[in-house]
Amino acid sequence: MEYPFLEVTRLTRSLMSGNEAVAHGAMEAGVSVGVGYPGTPSTEVLESLAKLGGVRCQWAPNEKVAAEVGAGVSYGGQRTLVTMKHVGLNVAADPLFTLSYIGVGGGYVLLVADDPGMHSSQNEQDSRNYAAFAKVPMLEPSSSQEAFEFTRAAFDISERFDTPVLVRTTTRIAHSKGLVETTGDRAPIEPIPFKPKAEKWVMMPANARARRVNLDSRMALLEEFSNQSELNRIEMRSSELGIIVSGIAYEYVREALPNASVLKLGIVNPLPVTLIAEFASKVDRLAVVEELDPYMTSRLLALGIELVETGLPRIGELTPDRIAQAFGAQAPELRAAVKDLPPRPPLLCPGCPHRGVYWALGKLKAVVTGDIGCYTLGALPPLSAMDTCVCMGASVSMAHGLGMTGATGGRPIVGVIGDSTFAHSGITGLLDMVYNGADGTIVILDNRTTAMTGHQGNPVSGRTLSGDAAPALDLEALCTSLGVQSVRRVDPLDLATTRAVLAEETERAGLSVVIAQSPCALLVRSDADPFAVDEELCTRCGACVRLGCPAIMKLPSGQPVIDTAICVGCEQCVQVCRYSAIQAVGPACDFGGGLS
Amino acid sequence: MSAVTTVVLVGVGGQGTILAGDVIAKVAVAEGYDVKLSEVHGMAQRGGSVDTVVRFGDSVHSPIVDPGRADHLIAFEITEAARRIQFLKPGGRLIVNSRTIQPLPVLTGDMGAALGVEAELQYEGAVFLDAEALACEAGSPRSANVVLLGAASYGLPFAEGTWRTVIAARVPQKTIEANLRAFELGRTACAEGVCEL
Repeated sequence: MEYPFLEVTRLTRSLMSGNEAVAHGAMEAGVSVGVGYPGTPSTEVLESLAKLGGVRCQWAPNEKVAAEVGAGVSYGGQRTLVTMKHVGLNVAADPLFTLSYIGVGGGYVLLVADDPGMHSSQNEQDSRNYAAFAKVPMLEPSSSQEAFEFTRAAFDISERFDTPVLVRTTTRIAHSKGLVETTGDRAPIEPIPFKPKAEKWVMMPANARARRVNLDSRMALLEEFSNQSELNRIEMRSSELGIIVSGIAYEYVREALPNASVLKLGIVNPLPVTLIAEFASKVDRLAVVEELDPYMTSRLLALGIELVETGLPRIGELTPDRIAQAFGAQAPELRAAVKDLPPRPPLLCPGCPHRGVYWALGKLKAVVTGDIGCYTLGALPPLSAMDTCVCMGASVSMAHGLGMTGATGGRPIVGVIGDSTFAHSGITGLLDMVYNGADGTIVILDNRTTAMTGHQGNPVSGRTLSGDAAPALDLEALCTSLGVQSVRRVDPLDLATTRAVLAEETERAGLSVVIAQSPCALLVRSDADPFAVDEELCTRCGACVRLGCPAIMKLPSGQPVIDTAICVGCEQCVQVCRYSAIQAVGPACDFGGGLS
Repeated sequence: MSAVTTVVLVGVGGQGTILAGDVIAKVAVAEGYDVKLSEVHGMAQRGGSVDTVVRFGDSVHSPIVDPGRADHLIAFEITEAARRIQFLKPGGRLIVNSRTIQPLPVLTGDMGAALGVEAELQYEGAVFLDAEALACEAGSPRSANVVLLGAASYGLPFAEGTWRTVIAARVPQKTIEANLRAFELGRTACAEGVCEL
């Protein structure tokens, strides 16, 4: 059968997420290289840019490396886009704070995606503070269309003012879709030849002191630009109320307060002080609406500008109604809430190879320092197998520190880290443990991918952003060469061996690494038949239920049953059942579970 | 701004709410509307509660919606319908897949399953259908989300042909026919009023 209508869907304007729109903006700006580290909600920027073609895109092992690779491209006279999530900017802060002194060759744009409300993050830091702190301009789009336009503009600003430029999005920009008009044309960029110029490129104290002065004069020029730029605009409506707003909150304000005048800021650093004063003089009452920190509010108050106190929360996300109600609107009529619903936290997938490792660590009563990734979900009941989670790489270094205290009462200390996270910032922590003679065991959960952010390649998996094969890091050789005394590999789907190896390694004195290698269950499409519980043989001991597999349910009678629709046949539950009560059944369109 | 219509799709990570939201948004674009869509990726997708918001009209500002403001709530799972019922405005349209996916605290026996949810949703005017059964009937057990799109389509102001065009373009080539059948079954179930339990 033919589907001639498939062609009809080509549109002049297309629906794009903010992330896709940033990629299109960078492409049209003639960017040569895109580099970053995956992190929700920023990940799809580079993936989209890679799909557009003609731009070299690659994942770096971490954000600091990405920012520095980008700096090299820029000094080589070509345009570069560097991407990361908000906490990644902490990692990249070291180069950023000096790159601002140096400036650029080719345009240098760093996309940072914040996550107000912490949908998928360990904190909700407000990256606007980085712009002021590092003394770099920051653009903040309010829609997908602006994400496209502002990214394109950011490259021009970068080269015109000789500065890196931050483009900040938030989850509701990055992962919302709207219509975007693009030209599809790629700007012809003349590469600027690299010229040795130590006073600009070499930041040793004498040169840095000179650039420090230059930095302030540049910021003054940028403030003047901010006052004049079309990226900041006054929209006069009623003069009774004026709102200063940027980012997604602009769209909320337009919906919540359609009659209010608005000063919409696309440049949030440096703030256009003259324009703000002009707007303030045109309205009776002036208010700032901003998500997270009182970034603009505190600056305007310091300038002596009188603001209406909105009482809007400084934690979590704003919404149109929260804004409307802050200005006196009534809350809408609501249906009655349905009470006493069980919560639905995220969980490890059926067949997840991390599950067996956590089961084994539970059996060993290990104190587990954890890390950032899907495997952080092992902290939740019923596995409850993780005791700390801070930031990328902290599992290794915290296992080291905790081990010095002797505070775990003889319970073994195990650091648990994913493959991509280990490459990101676990290696230096492990080197530290070797160097300073630490005891302990580090488990590298090598599932051959960066799973949580959507299965990106990494140096361990040996697959690049463009999908090409790359040398896969030999974890055993690396750990051995660092000086780790015992390095072993296990298949985490083999529970008994995993448990035995972890028991041996945690009992031995000295430092050991156990590499638990098995691909992410979402990467391997299992053709194994699902399993079911034989209720005759089952003693209802609950061992299978305690694996926390979403395919296994304990009925109110205590009888466990398996949902054959989602069981992938990984056999982890089969291995913990001492009564051989879990058996293979044929696949079926059967959503009941149990043998029937 | 009052001419904006809001559809909220709720479910459990992995059920295909993102694809369904994408289809609705593309259909609305094809029919000439301004459209915004909001979804959340990352950790929540691992079997947690998820929601996708699609808003269309002459001019749409916010991609998200507040409680009490949604015109349509399409629930891929019954407990999630109950969890997000407050998003639906009074008089809004509620379509619920009658399947339950128990959350982990219930699976492990640490919490009891929600009781009486169906009756509460019935009281709130829910239209129920068994999307998995209809998906199996259509020939693809994985097309339950498209069955629900079919049910949703009956209450949305878009031409049936536009839906079929966008769905065909969005699903894998091999599954086009099964998905179009799934769409038809969901739409017919609502049209004939036989999707009530």
